Amino acid sequence: MKMTNKRAQKRASAKASTTNVSKFAPAKAVAGGKSAVKFEYAPSLESTDIVQIEKRNRLFIGGKFVEPTSGRYFPTINPATGERLAEVAEANEKDVDLAVKTARQAYEQIWSKMSGKERGRYLFRIARLIQERARELAVLETMDNGKPIRESRDIDVPLVAAHFFYHAGWADKLEYAFPGQSIAPLGVVGQVIPWNFPLLMAAWKIAPALACGNTVVLKPAETTSLSALLLAQIFQDAGLPEGVVNIVTGAGATGAALVNHPDINKVAFTGSTEVGKIIARAVAGTKKRLTLELGGKSAHIIFEDAALDQALEGVINGIYFNQGHVCCAGSRLLLEESIANDFVEKLKKRIAQLRVGNPLDKNTDIGAINSEAELKKIGKLIQLGKDEGGEFFEPKCALPEKGYFQRPCFFSNVSSSFTLSRVEIFGPVLAVSTFRTAQEAVVKANDTPYGLAAGVWSEKGAKIHKVAGQLKAGVVWANTYNKFDPSAPFGGYNESGWGREGGRHGLSAYLDVRGK
Amino acid sequence: MDKRNLRVPKTIKLFIGGEFPRTESGRSFPAYEHGTQKVFAHLCRASRKDFRNAVTAALSARAEWERRSAYNRAQIIYRMAEMTEGHREEMVSVMEKVGGVSARDAHLAVDEVIDAFVYYAGFADKFSQLSGCVNPVSGPHHAFTTPEPVGCVAMIFDDDDGAVTALPTVIATMASIIASGNVVTMLLPGAVAPLLAPLAEIFATSDLPKGVVNLLTGHRSELLEHFASHMEVQSISYVGSDNTVREKLKTLGAENMKRVVCFESKDGAQNGDINIGLERIASFVEFKTVWHPIGH
Repeated sequence: MKMTNKRAQKRASAKASTTNVSKFAPAKAVAGGKSAVKFEYAPSLESTDIVQIEKRNRLFIGGKFVEPTSGRYFPTINPATGERLAEVAEANEKDVDLAVKTARQAYEQIWSKMSGKERGRYLFRIARLIQERARELAVLETMDNGKPIRESRDIDVPLVAAHFFYHAGWADKLEYAFPGQSIAPLGVVGQVIPWNFPLLMAAWKIAPALACGNTVVLKPAETTSLSALLLAQIFQDAGLPEGVVNIVTGAGATGAALVNHPDINKVAFTGSTEVGKIIARAVAGTKKRLTLELGGKSAHIIFEDAALDQALEGVINGIYFNQGHVCCAGSRLLLEESIANDFVEKLKKRIAQLRVGNPLDKNTDIGAINSEAELKKIGKLIQLGKDEGGEFFEPKCALPEKGYFQRPCFFSNVSSSFTLSRVEIFGPVLAVSTFRTAQEAVVKANDTPYGLAAGVWSEKGAKIHKVAGQLKAGVVWANTYNKFDPSAPFGGYNESGWGREGGRHGLSAYLDVRGK
Repeated sequence: MDKRNLRVPKTIKLFIGGEFPRTESGRSFPAYEHGTQKVFAHLCRASRKDFRNAVTAALSARAEWERRSAYNRAQIIYRMAEMTEGHREEMVSVMEKVGGVSARDAHLAVDEVIDAFVYYAGFADKFSQLSGCVNPVSGPHHAFTTPEPVGCVAMIFDDDDGAVTALPTVIATMASIIASGNVVTMLLPGAVAPLLAPLAEIFATSDLPKGVVNLLTGHRSELLEHFASHMEVQSISYVGSDNTVREKLKTLGAENMKRVVCFESKDGAQNGDINIGLERIASFVEFKTVWHPIGH
């Protein structure tokens, strides 16, 4: 996909320089020809003084921090430096069993007997404490996960508080959520969450479970346990009854012990489709309920009649938000042929402006990849894309010497058969292809086993509604992307999972709803 | 015997893509008149290939049926009620002959079938308002959530019930699934299998697009795993109480994350309770949330 029309290029870039006001707004090369001006930013580091990290982080069971029975701990790394932040307890089957027993007891003796009004009060209180300790949570999240402080501070943590606040209000109104039907909590729920939004996923899981009257055993991802354990301190401070939420840290074996524990009533999992299928098979012969938020390969469709500069920002936000570690990332860009060349040139300029580096720097757009293993996996898939014949572009920005970093990049001239178009990369890698008609765009967008999200950009309302209706995806962002809200149901079609999280629809995942 | 009345025991064929093919396997099995060894008719013993053809037919009808307005789907399902009335005597006679059912009970079963069609016809343009919503998101966005059909649903039943119970269950379950725009391929339970011909004629003459409903007869034990592992079937409806069947459907269905929805036949999809009806419809939809900025 080569730019041939120099005048169009010039026009496009001149327009970009005058109207392209972005929240990222990093060093902007004003490209009106020869006189490119480049602004440099001085580092603006967020202080880590606010965070105190324990050297050894124990399990949270029955309202207390307890040693794992094995006595084993594993390190957790700051991916921006590669240095060890702390040690985290490894829960084995015995620990998980204790956590489930404790949750069962708390369910039977306290939480299921408590009025919805009172449950709600605890959740409101937790929401407030999260807001009060917001900066501390954000800094810790960035240190353990590698995501830019701008995102953890402005997106993750405010959404975490909002989720608790939203669900707090449901606790005493559940009967109105399902009129005419009888509802009951499920009991003890086992929840396994990923490393890409450690705190936010904990909130998405814990808040509705508690509002609906269940008790919880949560397993955070092994590379990002710290913020969930800080949340546990907040539960203590809020006076949440002991055992209502239990947190067992560890890797896959800990998660398997939780999922396979005979005394949990429900499993909620967010993570890869591969693991989701294993879990689905594991609980197939049981009475356990199951909801899954899995992978995606979401299409981002740009029509020629879109507001292209806004669409460009949407594309950037869609794929490079959180280093692309987003299940609903807009990882397949579908461009209408007539604008494809211009758009790709704009994209090249725009990603050259993204700042990759220290996630604690408030100017950073793209932080660290969460782990060495993920960085290697992304690298392999990029190499595969090159081997399969994709046209690769990445900016020439410098990367920090230490830590795990990946430049934002994209492949153009990608066809649907490329691995890049089919496999979830979970990194800042975009696959660009083109289409000629709306129908072709829809067919290409739906040509995937996933169905989590999609984006569509056009200034024509009728076209937006028609295309949005035809996309087989649980979330469609029209003229926007990656917007989240506790009141808006989120979840996928097909291999992207089962059930919805958020809104009234998300409640049914934590309730037994029956016709009266 | 009067030669003009010489009975030819026919083979009742399958109903796939609006047509009546024989099973490609050439296999059949007999349905006997109740309490006798007298063959009422031969039924097709559908093969894996027949099932795959039926799914292909369903998938090619999918876009068309989804696109129909809710009002139009409602009219077509209501038309099925009208056509059922026209096939009443034939259905009653089959249930009497093969099922050994009294004429009175058989008529009651047909009444229930008609009730189910009418009930879900009236639901086709209601469930969206009952289960969708506008979300009060914080920020300048209009965000709304609507139910959309899940896609191709494969339907399986237990064989335990007699025709009087099984027939209304099959029809109510099917009507609840297609009302929202899904397409189906179903293996009729044993007691309903001899009724394939009148049922297929009802579907074929109700302005239902070809392929929206596909009917198979055969042995569940040999088709079950193909139902569960077909990669283009989005969902499975199982009405019954066999835990082994449930586990098999869920285990094999996990390969493409099928939504396996299980109901007990006593849950009664046809009893006219709005909450049960809504629950049935909502079990075979995906909720889609659409966001759009508000501004200028």
